[in-house]
Amino acid sequence: MLTLALILFPAIAATVTLLLNGNSAKRIAITAAMLELVLAAYVFGQFTPDAQSQFGFDYSWISTLGIRFSGGIDGISILLVLLTGLLVPLIILSAFRQTYDRPSVFYALILFMQAALMGVFTARDAFLFYLFFEAALIPVYFLAAMWGGANRIPVTFKFFIYTIFGSLFMLVALVYLYYQTPVPHSSAIIDFYNLNLTPSAQGWIFWAFFIAFAIKMPVFPFHTWQPDTYVESPTPATMLLAGIMLKMGVYGVIRFILPIVPEGVDTWGMTAAILSVIGIVYGSVIAIRQRDMKRLIAYSSFAHVGLMAAGVFSQSAYGLQGALIQMLAHGINVVGLFFVAELIFDRAKTRQLDQLGGITRNTPKLTVLFMIIMLGSVALPLTNGFVGEFLLLKGVFDYNNYLGAFAGLTIILGAVYMLRMFQKTMFGTPTTNTQSFSDLTGSEAWVLIPLVFFVFWMGLYPASFLKLTEPAVTNLLQYIK
Amino acid sequence: MQPTQQVSIPDVIQQIPLNYYLIFSTALFVIGIIGVLTRRNAIIIFMSIELMLNAVNMLLVAFSSYKSDSTGQVFVFFIMAVAAAEVSVGLAIIVMIYRNTRSIDIGALNKLKW
Amino acid sequence: MPICVSTYAVFDCMTPELLCILIPLLPLLGFIINGLGFRKVPASLVGPLAVAGPVLSFLAVLSLFSNFRAGGNQPLKATLFDWISVADLHINFAFQIDQLSLIMLLIVTGIGSLIHLYSIGYMKHDEGYGKFMAFLNLFLFFMLLLVMGSNFVIMFIGWEGVGLCSYLLIGFWNTNTSYNNAARKAFVMNRIGDLGFLLGIFLIFTTFGSVEYTEVFSAATGFAVGDKTVLAIALLLFVGAMGKSAQIPLFTWLPDAMAGPTPVSALIHAATMVTAGIYMVVRSNVLYTLAPQALEIMGGIAIATALLGATIGLMQNDIKKVLAYSTVSQLGYMFLGLSVAAYTGGMFHVLTHAFFKALLFLGAGSVIHAMSNEQDIRNMGGLRKYLPITFWTFLIGTIAIAGIPPFAGFFSKDEILAHVWEHNKLLWGLGILGSAMTSFYMFRLLFLTFFGEFRGTPEQKHHLHESPLSMTIPLMVLAVLSVVGGFLNVPHALGGHSMLAEFMAPLYEGSQQVNPSAFEGPTMGSSEELMLMAISAGVALLAAGVAYGMYVRSATVPAADSVPRSIPAQVVYNKFYIDEFYERLIVRPVRALGDGFYSFGEFVIDGVVGAVSWLVKTIAGQLRLVQNGSIGSYMFAMVLSIALIIALRFFVNWTTILAYLNF
Repeated sequence: MLTLALILFPAIAATVTLLLNGNSAKRIAITAAMLELVLAAYVFGQFTPDAQSQFGFDYSWISTLGIRFSGGIDGISILLVLLTGLLVPLIILSAFRQTYDRPSVFYALILFMQAALMGVFTARDAFLFYLFFEAALIPVYFLAAMWGGANRIPVTFKFFIYTIFGSLFMLVALVYLYYQTPVPHSSAIIDFYNLNLTPSAQGWIFWAFFIAFAIKMPVFPFHTWQPDTYVESPTPATMLLAGIMLKMGVYGVIRFILPIVPEGVDTWGMTAAILSVIGIVYGSVIAIRQRDMKRLIAYSSFAHVGLMAAGVFSQSAYGLQGALIQMLAHGINVVGLFFVAELIFDRAKTRQLDQLGGITRNTPKLTVLFMIIMLGSVALPLTNGFVGEFLLLKGVFDYNNYLGAFAGLTIILGAVYMLRMFQKTMFGTPTTNTQSFSDLTGSEAWVLIPLVFFVFWMGLYPASFLKLTEPAVTNLLQYIK
Repeated sequence: MQPTQQVSIPDVIQQIPLNYYLIFSTALFVIGIIGVLTRRNAIIIFMSIELMLNAVNMLLVAFSSYKSDSTGQVFVFFIMAVAAAEVSVGLAIIVMIYRNTRSIDIGALNKLKW
Repeated sequence: MPICVSTYAVFDCMTPELLCILIPLLPLLGFIINGLGFRKVPASLVGPLAVAGPVLSFLAVLSLFSNFRAGGNQPLKATLFDWISVADLHINFAFQIDQLSLIMLLIVTGIGSLIHLYSIGYMKHDEGYGKFMAFLNLFLFFMLLLVMGSNFVIMFIGWEGVGLCSYLLIGFWNTNTSYNNAARKAFVMNRIGDLGFLLGIFLIFTTFGSVEYTEVFSAATGFAVGDKTVLAIALLLFVGAMGKSAQIPLFTWLPDAMAGPTPVSALIHAATMVTAGIYMVVRSNVLYTLAPQALEIMGGIAIATALLGATIGLMQNDIKKVLAYSTVSQLGYMFLGLSVAAYTGGMFHVLTHAFFKALLFLGAGSVIHAMSNEQDIRNMGGLRKYLPITFWTFLIGTIAIAGIPPFAGFFSKDEILAHVWEHNKLLWGLGILGSAMTSFYMFRLLFLTFFGEFRGTPEQKHHLHESPLSMTIPLMVLAVLSVVGGFLNVPHALGGHSMLAEFMAPLYEGSQQVNPSAFEGPTMGSSEELMLMAISAGVALLAAGVAYGMYVRSATVPAADSVPRSIPAQVVYNKFYIDEFYERLIVRPVRALGDGFYSFGEFVIDGVVGAVSWLVKTIAGQLRLVQNGSIGSYMFAMVLSIALIIALRFFVNWTTILAYLNF
């Protein structure tokens, strides 16, 4: 039941917000998001670490077709539910200093987005999953298209069409799988796990799913929508995209591709892993040369997600557990980084690295918090990035030593571009843009402090997260045999 | 005056073989189609459509009578009623078109083009 | 002092497990207080707070050490919690106390305390004083994790953590872009090594099924000498050591790291962090003994590094740069020792080097302090009159590093060279050559700085003064250690008992088991050993004499940068153009690749995406023309289609066709 509440509550709150105006919309939105966070935290606390789906709901929906309105939280979902619950209030809070016109619509869209994301991560029915998967696209499209930068219309159009294009392949695969289930047909995801598909069918389905998720993540070479969209979107939308939405792709690979088409993964997994690893190096090398902070973070995010994808395709417990914890870690770090980029843009009126510098002089709070999040992002031990990256690299290395070594370049290149960004913004002598740079205000600090708290919690005691996901991962790996 | 002989209408209809009706209706229908396709005058196209409608009506009546099932004839009345309404609306449209364009040539009506 | 004694008494009552936790925790506490309270903690409190952590840790280490001795040298393991646990991989957050970690702990906390004390005097007037002390504390925390961890992953935490602190401290004066670049270079080069280390850890786990030292090394004794996997592990770990301990090809960051404040150079870039690589090799000595090829490679790299560092050091004119290249060279000696399985020799040199190199750096710091941040020795001279304590301690350090008996450096270097002699005469010869150069450049530094006439500006001369007590006390303590440090391991040939070697012997039990021949006692007689000692001491003295002749007798001053030099001198003066070489070979290609990917790669990939949309658009554009707007043609199409459907439905025999098509 709690799962249903997690999905419905933000949707209802969004509807209420839509009817309000200005400041009261803001307040209702943040209150609702906080309540949702409390709910998510409660679920996180009460979650029993076993392979079962918990807090579920299950209603008959389209009964003639055997489609059910069914959702629940298992070890694969739990961290993403937590991530969605945690990030949305921070994203709303981060938007507080900005004035967006039609604020009620703006905040309502964010809450709708949250409802859809919760739905994606908890759906137990493939049809329901597809519904939420597409529904999540709509609010973020409007956020980007209505409040984005100058070039937003063609960019968001490309983003929308590109991702929809990918999803259609998935729809075809889902319909095919639906008809493979024994009569009476069922669209429950768990029923898809036990189908006896021919190897060639598995190959086709693998690619249909892979294209959908690869575009969402994105994996090289399906990524060209991403940097432009991240740069042009208003920062809250960028945070939603990078922090949560790209996890839909990784989640999809874990939830659908691995257990449904294990032989397909056997045949094509290496290709997918190689593409992902190419993406790591390709994205990192490009990030080294970026001048725009947001674009740099966008490429770094692309590189990081490549490692998650590669880890998942290694089909090992390390890779999967690593990907699950890294999704949480990356969401936290990337939201922090985008927030800092926005904050710097807000004060210095530029995101160009060569026009920034010397910010640290007046901003001890910002420096410390930014540095911790940056270190999390370069996977320094005892921060959140390390645990995930260690496990992912181990998974990839076990899968193929050379691939692992090549993927490991991320720890070198990651340091290069992140430190470069940090140095060019914070260190050096102040420029005209950063002369009068003020330190964090209260609400800004409260966006970063919870993030930093998680950076350390996950880095110092990752067991509280790993043990939740372990049984579900073990269970999932049995389908891969 | 001849003594009136009670002859039912279906009998009259059935004095002509069904095939004749079929051929006749088809001929009428095809004439209608050709009229619609070849003529550009809206009124004549309209008349051709009526012709096609009536070809169908004729066939319905014929079958209804042969099968001794009145449904077909009921249907014909419906069609006639609807056709009457349609004619009035259609003619009104044509009149409006004429007023606007001073022509009832359908070649001039290409505003629907994408 | 009484406080120290009573604290020590308190520590003595604690269980070793608790002490293990306290040792790294105390500096961390200092970091948190000084770090979070930066600019809020009053300046007078910053110093004591920062020094308290290391000093207390040092006392705790002493207590632990005496416990350890009293308990019959039994290794101890304290497990705190299960850190990462996935499938069959269990990484405990655990500490292991044995001979090796104790030696490192003593060095780290002991010298760390002295340098913290020194930093109070050195950095007191700096704007970022509190921040600096906090970073030093943080460094100590990570360094302690590095040496105390009971498995490779905890070592890796410390390994990366000290890299971070090194980064923060090199770029401490962060308004200076070249300092920042040096910091970034250090971090990135270390990370290259870290990647090797990390891959080594993965391979260790797949090979031995654990990352705990005890389990790995006992499992390793079951492997044959020359095993390919073990060789790969040994090489990968050595890549890590190359990064951290500045060996060819990853050494260029260390001279640049001198951008940091001088105490940092002393603590991190001379005494402790850079020796982590040696610690790691000694720690995994079983693996290296199993892989003689890895030791061969290490030996080659080590001697090359030792000579390269010494050669460049000959012509440097920046007081800290000379010491930096000397560190590179000395680290080469340590690895040279390890490469001939003289693990104790390597560790011994780590120990003595920590004493005299920390001393030399702190002395240099004292000089720089007195000279108002001047670092060029061409502008110094005659300082012994103004800085007597600094001069005498610096002299002791110089003698120690030059390998002149009976100071510390002589014994440790000699032990390494004696083992090398047994192993390979050519390497020994090169080693002696390097030691001659060491003696020359160190005495050159000493003479140019402290002898002759003062060559700086009058303002500098006016400002010359001896440093405060908080700076000179560490100098004096370190000077004493540099004198007596060598007696810890006096070889039998000189009537000693090789105390250190005996103490450390249990560490090599595994190695001896897998490859006894590598550990046979010295085959040479005492007279041969004495002769070797005489040669190396003689060479060092000779080189010192040459330096005396050149820089005191003839009072030569190195030429200014603009003066043309002969080609070989030019090459050495410019550090063999290695930085430029890396710039051309790696940095620029990566940048070009980044630009290329961004402008061309993205263009091509996006072009493919664009091509698809273009195709759709073009086809749609053609199809659009069908909708010509003429009702007549629409109707014609409609009628035709209906006719076609009827024809297909009624006049085509599908059954036959399908049968023909085999459906």
